Amino acid sequence: MTRLHAPADLVAWKDQIRSRIDPQQTQISVCTGTGCASAGAGKVVHCLREELAGNHRGQKISVKATGCHGFCERGPLVVIHPSEVFYNRVKEEHVPEILTALDEDGVVTKLLYVDPQTQQPVVKEHEVPFYSHQQRMALGKNGLVDPCEIEDYIALDGYAAVAKTLTTMTPVQVIETIKQSGLRGRGGAGFPTATKWEMAANNITARRQSGGTNGSGAPDTFGYVICNGDEGDPGAFMDRSILEGNPHGVLEGLILGGYTLGANVGYFYIRDEYPLAIQHMNRAIEQATACGLLGKNILGSGFDFQVIVACGSGAFVCGEETALIASIEGERGMPRPRPPYPAESGLWGKPTIINNVKTWTYIPLILLKGHEWFRGIGTPTSPGTAVFSLVGKVNNTGLIEVPMGTPLRHLVEVLGGGVLKGKKLKAVQTGGPSGGCIPAELLDTPVDYESLGGIGSMMGSGGMVVMDEDTCMVDVARYFLAFTQIESCGKCVPCRLGTRRMLEILTRITTGKGTENDLITLEEFAVSVKATSLCGLGQTAPNPVLTTLQYFRHEYEAHVRDKKCTAHACRELVTYSIIADLCKGCGLCVRHCPVSSINGERKMPHEIDPEACVRCGSCYDVCKFEAVQRD
Amino acid sequence: MNEVITILEHQGTGRDACVKVLQEIQGVFGYLPAEALRYVADHSQITKRQIYGVATFYELFRFKPPGRHQVKVCRGTACHVRGAPQILDAVAEELNLHGSEDTTEDGEFTFEKIACFGACALAPVTVTDGQTHGAMTPDKMRKQLKAILKKARAGKQEDPS
Repeated sequence: MTRLHAPADLVAWKDQIRSRIDPQQTQISVCTGTGCASAGAGKVVHCLREELAGNHRGQKISVKATGCHGFCERGPLVVIHPSEVFYNRVKEEHVPEILTALDEDGVVTKLLYVDPQTQQPVVKEHEVPFYSHQQRMALGKNGLVDPCEIEDYIALDGYAAVAKTLTTMTPVQVIETIKQSGLRGRGGAGFPTATKWEMAANNITARRQSGGTNGSGAPDTFGYVICNGDEGDPGAFMDRSILEGNPHGVLEGLILGGYTLGANVGYFYIRDEYPLAIQHMNRAIEQATACGLLGKNILGSGFDFQVIVACGSGAFVCGEETALIASIEGERGMPRPRPPYPAESGLWGKPTIINNVKTWTYIPLILLKGHEWFRGIGTPTSPGTAVFSLVGKVNNTGLIEVPMGTPLRHLVEVLGGGVLKGKKLKAVQTGGPSGGCIPAELLDTPVDYESLGGIGSMMGSGGMVVMDEDTCMVDVARYFLAFTQIESCGKCVPCRLGTRRMLEILTRITTGKGTENDLITLEEFAVSVKATSLCGLGQTAPNPVLTTLQYFRHEYEAHVRDKKCTAHACRELVTYSIIADLCKGCGLCVRHCPVSSINGERKMPHEIDPEACVRCGSCYDVCKFEAVQRD
Repeated sequence: MNEVITILEHQGTGRDACVKVLQEIQGVFGYLPAEALRYVADHSQITKRQIYGVATFYELFRFKPPGRHQVKVCRGTACHVRGAPQILDAVAEELNLHGSEDTTEDGEFTFEKIACFGACALAPVTVTDGQTHGAMTPDKMRKQLKAILKKARAGKQEDPS
């Protein structure tokens, strides 16, 4: 691998890589992100390579396995460059047709995406409505680079921000640029990044000047930068996709952070459920070290930087910065009171900056393109883009990136293609277990920090779950409380006991044993847990309860007063029966019933034994004659 | 114990190595065997108390050997609203597991409920023996488990030992 000693070497390397690439050469890029991989993308790549190997076409066509393209719903995805032809739901058996079409300069019509609005096939990727309304910055290089090849990243101006910044900018200038850009932390709370950095940079400088020594065992540095890749929010996978699909992009951000703050050691803290992200990041670090973008005297700037990957062990609370630090230190991942903030005293007692994956990804982009460029996108108080994983009861599930301030409605109806099976939208949940449920009436709310906070929810890290008429909002509140209760570390009383009591009440309500008094107690608990918990986990855990009580109180009331779940989601409050007039006695439900609770002679109306029925709803789902009634 | 010696050599013997040491031990054995933990406590600055504290705090660690087959079901939000509870019930019923039991008596299956796989676009998601399956249904899940069991039983009959 090329060894870089100065910025000029990087430019030379980039030119060399680019000169090898013929812009007219056909490149087939296959998404091998988690979604497409489980739908068989690996086989498509293998089959493409087999077909091309030893074939005269092999020289003219290259195959690239990339990270997540975002449109997971339609995977496996294949994009042909430079023509940008976009194929969806590609299987290995389609490979010969794709190659034949390429030879004949045609397209395989059956693999094109059909716009549900116009019923017309769409040929090019950027014309697909899911993509045409996006502005992809943080996700921009996903889909273009092979995450395991540093040369792919370099060819797209990768590490150019490091070369520029380390040799032409002082740390103070970098912080000023970030400040001007208005970048706010993408972990959820939206704290201004530059403010946090400035504090840590000052603390690190002070320690360096006082000549303080290092603690035993800890790496040699006066401070640390950490990338928080502990994406624990259920329903969110933005950070995973970036770490897997463009690891160098995040790594470049971390190097720039280290330089700016005067920290010589950086950490990636990645959850263990993301093995591919860990593997790709380790590989990226190896490659960057081998070519001199990590290590001693990077590009001749005199700046030394090393990066270590630490893996999580399955504790949600470790997404909280002080808990994350405890976990890297080898202890139980429990938060501690702030102040002191990590920027003053963090990992091994040294000033530490922890930022989210997306925040780090924006850093090189801002430093390369300038703060005006970043400011020009989004809203005055929330500049830049928002990355969401759009999931739940929506037609087009996947990863999206839009300018801040885009209305929620646009995300759900245009990018998301509306609610699944044409059902009625009930709510959109953002911010994971810390966020809230936004009712359909407030769908015109723009997505930015202030607007979402103002209606009781939050931006969060980027999970966006769409809920329809079949989703019970009381059950959703119970679901999130069950999650936070399990994940509560148990250190402070309000969170440890408060979440448990709230969960008990919600469980009573969803099983038909709740009373109106329960609603009052529940609200009291929610308010006090929010006010008195030690860390963000407890302080935000009541949000799903408070927002559902605020916007969907009638559902709670139906549960406690009428013992009814209008969404038919709470098992104990639903009964199934068969309408004799409609039942044809086909026996389909009998075969699907897991507990054999349906009886009847063939071709005669059947009956459900209410005692034996476990209310799983299988019969309701499979009946072709709508003979199963749900109350 | 050779594996544990190598792990300590590699990760160091300071308190701060605790999480990494346990991760690697579990990586080798599939769980945290008592002898391995005793060795760590006797040969490093990591105490028994710290090991127990850390091992019980993080979801990842287990003190008992896992089953031959791993069934993981996601309980994330997207999966929840698309029917994960029914799949969780189906697995528990099919494997006859109650309460906090996670491994079948015959040691064939370990059933884990995962907070979120981060494959939300495929909801509901399950991972069986490392293989991710999207758009899962209770029916498909039951069939999958039955197929694995059938294969395991057939294997046992062929192999008299």
